[in-house]
Amino acid sequence: MSTLQPAATPESVTTESGVTVTGKRRKKSAAGNAAKAITSPWASLVAVVIAVLWTLPTIGLFVTSFRRQIDIQRTGWWTAFSNPGDFTLENYRQALAPSSTSSFSQYFINTIVITVPAVLLPIFLASLAAYAFAWMPFPGRDFLFVAVFALQIVPLQVALIPLLDIYVNKLGFGASYWSVWLSHTIFALPLATFLIHNFMKELPGELMEAARVDGAGHVTIFFKILLPLLTPALAAFGIFQFLWVWNDLLVSLVFLGGTPDVAPVTVRVAELSGSRGSAWYILSAGAFISMVVPVAVFLALQRFFVRGLLAGGLKG
Amino acid sequence: MVSSVLQALPVGILPEPLLRAESTGGKFLLMAFAVLLFAAIFGLVLFLASLFKGREGEKVQGFLFALPAIFLLAVGLLYPAILTIIQSLRGRSGEAGFTLDNYVQMFTQPELLTVLRNTALWVVLVPFLATAIGLLYAILIDRARGEAFAKALIFLPMAISMVGAGIIWKFVYQYKQTERPQIGLLNGVLKALGFETQQFLLDAPVNTLMLIIVMVWIQAGFAMTVLSAAIKAIPDDIIEAARLDGVSGFRMFRFITLPSIRSALVVVLTTIGIGTLKVFDIVRTMTAGQFDTSVVANEFYNQSFRYNAPGLGAALAVLLFILVVPIVTYNIVQMRKEA
Repeated sequence: MSTLQPAATPESVTTESGVTVTGKRRKKSAAGNAAKAITSPWASLVAVVIAVLWTLPTIGLFVTSFRRQIDIQRTGWWTAFSNPGDFTLENYRQALAPSSTSSFSQYFINTIVITVPAVLLPIFLASLAAYAFAWMPFPGRDFLFVAVFALQIVPLQVALIPLLDIYVNKLGFGASYWSVWLSHTIFALPLATFLIHNFMKELPGELMEAARVDGAGHVTIFFKILLPLLTPALAAFGIFQFLWVWNDLLVSLVFLGGTPDVAPVTVRVAELSGSRGSAWYILSAGAFISMVVPVAVFLALQRFFVRGLLAGGLKG
Repeated sequence: MVSSVLQALPVGILPEPLLRAESTGGKFLLMAFAVLLFAAIFGLVLFLASLFKGREGEKVQGFLFALPAIFLLAVGLLYPAILTIIQSLRGRSGEAGFTLDNYVQMFTQPELLTVLRNTALWVVLVPFLATAIGLLYAILIDRARGEAFAKALIFLPMAISMVGAGIIWKFVYQYKQTERPQIGLLNGVLKALGFETQQFLLDAPVNTLMLIIVMVWIQAGFAMTVLSAAIKAIPDDIIEAARLDGVSGFRMFRFITLPSIRSALVVVLTTIGIGTLKVFDIVRTMTAGQFDTSVVANEFYNQSFRYNAPGLGAALAVLLFILVVPIVTYNIVQMRKEA
């Protein structure tokens, strides 16, 4: 199994996500054999038990989000199916109505506004830097690349407070999107540069040389030749960064606080969970509103996922 | 040096309308402006770079390409990290004279010792449980019908935020007195079996275990996916050869499968371990660190932003850093060896 490098190509990712073509062709495997030893019905039973344990909690809250406020407090969600007529969209209406105080719509928009630049910016900057590190000799290059690579080990907690001080007192950003856009970018750069650099190194050097002979400058090469070839790697990193930013709580909490002006959904849901821990009608709807986009992205782009996550374990 | 550069910056380099927006339209405009501004900076760097020609110019070009990233990392990560380390050595407020007080306190104060104990519990239990369950499941559903679907079920929690996962499980743990109708699944099961209902998030140390379950629930899918790919990558002829030698069943797993996926196992364990060390969202959402459930990352937040002890918070952040370094280093070495 190859892990970090080269950064995702669609072929390699397909294999990793497990939905393999070759896998289906082969009939026997070590694991299949081991499973057969635990006589098949038992193996199936254990698998089903795990699958149920892993889905039931989510289903429970999902069903709850469609129940009336009064029912949620009175009976367990598993009894809801005896009265299917009682299901309602009221919780979602309240959670999305722009005027209501418990509305998530503002926060949802904030999440989108935070996420888009926080995904695009590190991709821009990292691919530029990665190109320099991979193909443009300049003094101190190797040292700087190792330094960027090594910064992956710094947990973001170590930088939070001084960074907050810089934003508030030096740059005057205060609780604005700029603080989180820049922070997410900074925290993503070491990993992004490293991944994209590895991918660039895999590309044949003759390609670049041929272009140089034809008189193309670095800028032309970067846009005309490299960027199209890099799309799979940029997509894999982009999806990972998207999920990371969309689901983030700590960075937003520290730099934005909880005001509806700027705070994302995660901050709002976490806050409600603390202050109104029993308001399940609104909490359940809010939680699913915050989940729908990443889950849709996950289902649509499953095969890019694993590599991004594997690399992402080192981030933060 | 960095601090003098920062000193030179005017306070408020962006006018107020470009900082905040009330309306939805305004927010999206702001977002578009930010993307355009960043694109313009990007374009400017490229334009400047294209001005330098010739052999010497090449070097300047390369440096210019890397400059924005290096500048942001120096000012936004390296410099703050150094400040934090210094702050951790300057007492509870982070502004007094140099002392090791914060570190001494971390290892003597009972509440903080509980935090360390909890963190140790998390880091030992989560990677091993998640990996064990992921491996078991990967083996059980290998080549089964509907394998892709079965995998998606377990993997889906990875796409959900930890805040969302916290809410989902808080609802599972919901407590009502035994006589009353239950709304939490776990207590519902307890009651149906004739037991007393429990306040799962209230009593230490059980509550920490209950939070750990949530992280295992999130991470098992990751372990399963990576290990499943590793299992499928074991060459057929090895398995055939072993089978001809009469190896099968559990012995096949023990002597063929396990050694073949060893490096994948290490990567999975360490990757989950790193994530677990920094776990914040789950604790924050479910208990906010009360009832003796706090962990280092959560305590860092509390000390820094709620208890007004930035020096102690900084020391906890540095501790996190020190704990993460060996695991990350080992992980990277493993990954490079494989690649």
